[in-house]
Amino acid sequence: MHETTDTTDAPAVTVSRELTFGEAVKEAIAEEMRRDERVVLLGEDVAEAGTAFKVLTGLVQEFGPKRVVDTPISEAGFTGIGVGAAMTGMRPIVDIMFGDFLALVMDQLANQAAKIHYMSGGKWRVPLVVRATLGASRRSAAQHSQSLHAWPSHIPGLKVVVPSTPYDAKGLMKSAIRDDNPVVFFEDKMQYKVKGDVPSEEYTIPLGVAEVKREGRDITIVATSSMVQVAVGAARMLEAIGIDAEVVDPRTTWPLDEKTIVDSVKKTSRAIVVDEGYGRYGVASEIASVIAEGAFYNLDAPVTRVAAMHVPIPFSPPLEDATIPTEKAVFDTAKRLCGK
Amino acid sequence: MPNNEAYLQMYRRMLAIRLFEERVNDLYTRALMPGLAHLYIGEEAVAVGVCEALRKDDYITSTHRGHGHCLAKGASPDLMFAELLGKKAGYCKGKGGSMHIADPETGNLGANAIVGGSAALATGAAYSSKYLNQGRVVVCFFGEGALGQGVLYESMNLAQLWKLPVVYVCENNLYNEYTHFTETTAGEIVARPAAFGIQSATVDGQNVRAVYDVGSKLVDRARKGEGPAFVLANTYRFRGHHVGDISRDYYRTKQEEQRWMEERDPIKILGAYLTGDHIVEQAELDRVQDGLAAEMDRAMQWAIDAPYPAVEEVGEDVYA
Repeated sequence: MHETTDTTDAPAVTVSRELTFGEAVKEAIAEEMRRDERVVLLGEDVAEAGTAFKVLTGLVQEFGPKRVVDTPISEAGFTGIGVGAAMTGMRPIVDIMFGDFLALVMDQLANQAAKIHYMSGGKWRVPLVVRATLGASRRSAAQHSQSLHAWPSHIPGLKVVVPSTPYDAKGLMKSAIRDDNPVVFFEDKMQYKVKGDVPSEEYTIPLGVAEVKREGRDITIVATSSMVQVAVGAARMLEAIGIDAEVVDPRTTWPLDEKTIVDSVKKTSRAIVVDEGYGRYGVASEIASVIAEGAFYNLDAPVTRVAAMHVPIPFSPPLEDATIPTEKAVFDTAKRLCGK
Repeated sequence: MPNNEAYLQMYRRMLAIRLFEERVNDLYTRALMPGLAHLYIGEEAVAVGVCEALRKDDYITSTHRGHGHCLAKGASPDLMFAELLGKKAGYCKGKGGSMHIADPETGNLGANAIVGGSAALATGAAYSSKYLNQGRVVVCFFGEGALGQGVLYESMNLAQLWKLPVVYVCENNLYNEYTHFTETTAGEIVARPAAFGIQSATVDGQNVRAVYDVGSKLVDRARKGEGPAFVLANTYRFRGHHVGDISRDYYRTKQEEQRWMEERDPIKILGAYLTGDHIVEQAELDRVQDGLAAEMDRAMQWAIDAPYPAVEEVGEDVYA
């Protein structure tokens, strides 16, 4: 659990505030832009519009149109420009409004950004952040609702961040911007209004360090991004029937903090992986494999995935809702695995 | 106008590329080179003419057919050979190979094995140059095959909107791999940059003096902040798509190849100009050739003798 200093006891260096997830992301970007002139933002409607989700509102007023740059609707083009700029002295943040549009960007990301450092024998670096969204249930249908964080996680050379809270989003974004590698940063668009404590003092969270969001003894629920809230909700329901669930948030899918995950499962002997991406060949599958390989002899039940149903995300609300992992689904799975 | 010494330098550079490439082909046929290579023979005037117009700290991006661009921008043949042979001493520690030579020292952002794959990267480097007030110009080399890739047009649109110092150099060697470009390319090529309001020039890519003149003008213009440009250099690939493309009868005739090699060889054309105007004697050009051939032989042998990387290095450099 993260520590935020209580200002009533401590000297007045830390003010704990509530920020929304979106505000936390923006604050991280603003702080890094103040700290480093080479940080610029490129994307569709990032300036006056502050993005389609209004997450970056106000940045163009502070930093000007030279550093907060509206682009044409050319995801591949401006992402590639971000890659080239990153190689030559800048630290760009590229904004991909909907994670679904990563499909338009994959050559720049997977064949260019991810491989340039390796292919050049370490001579060129790509300190680039690609912001993208994930998450369904916004009634946006099949091309604006997918959670595709498994795609970049599959490619060596990329790092992938999937924050679950405003606190994590801020600290991880600052680390992503300072990282010398291409980092894809996924924000669940349904979380932008979610509030959480964010200290006013500066902090960063290293990439590749999981956090135990809730301690428990009976079953481990590994969850990513907004699925952490689902897992925590399920854990509360499980508590009522006497099952003590531990919730582990990897925070980054690569680097993956395998040790924290495996150690938790060794302790609890049961594991569920909850992820809003597709289960098939997905992040949940990868984490389930890590658990199976690392904690097999400690397991009392099969490692089980709870992930998006393997269909294109439908539009109609009852259909869409049926595709997404829910607290109830996690609760039922945990109950079954614990033999209750 | 460049002086005669500059033309002689261009002659040396073109010949160095030719001799390098002939040895690459030789390494392939002797089964000393892993994989394949795409030879630039016949197109030397484009890379040399354009790169002679650049500063050392200007950037280039290159293609799968990239040896000529890399050498023209100043790469060392020994380190190039070593990379082509997968040796530790190569430009990329043997991890890139023929299609990925990259070298910050000479402003080479990298050869790129995705057709059109460097268009946005080059444009991004031009964005950096402008943002950081560096006065650097970026040249994006690509073949006419890349005209089929959408990201080229996304990049050109952005370059013109933001007045970026990038020169797109389209080397039309007539063939997209094994298919004549007229079968793949609708309309006039230069109508495409024109649609973005990008200034373009068409040049005889076999005449290095003409390429240099056009290149210098457009590079200087970009450096002054007047925006991107597009060069269509008409040229010809004397050899196959790659070293293994031996039987080419199904897509072009031997007569066509013969005609280009006899009448349109960029090295012969510049040689004829230099000797015809008595700027140098043929004997001097022969001495240049002998010297370069010996240098290339030494570089190649050094690379053949150089060690492979240790297997333990395979996991290094994935992340910075």
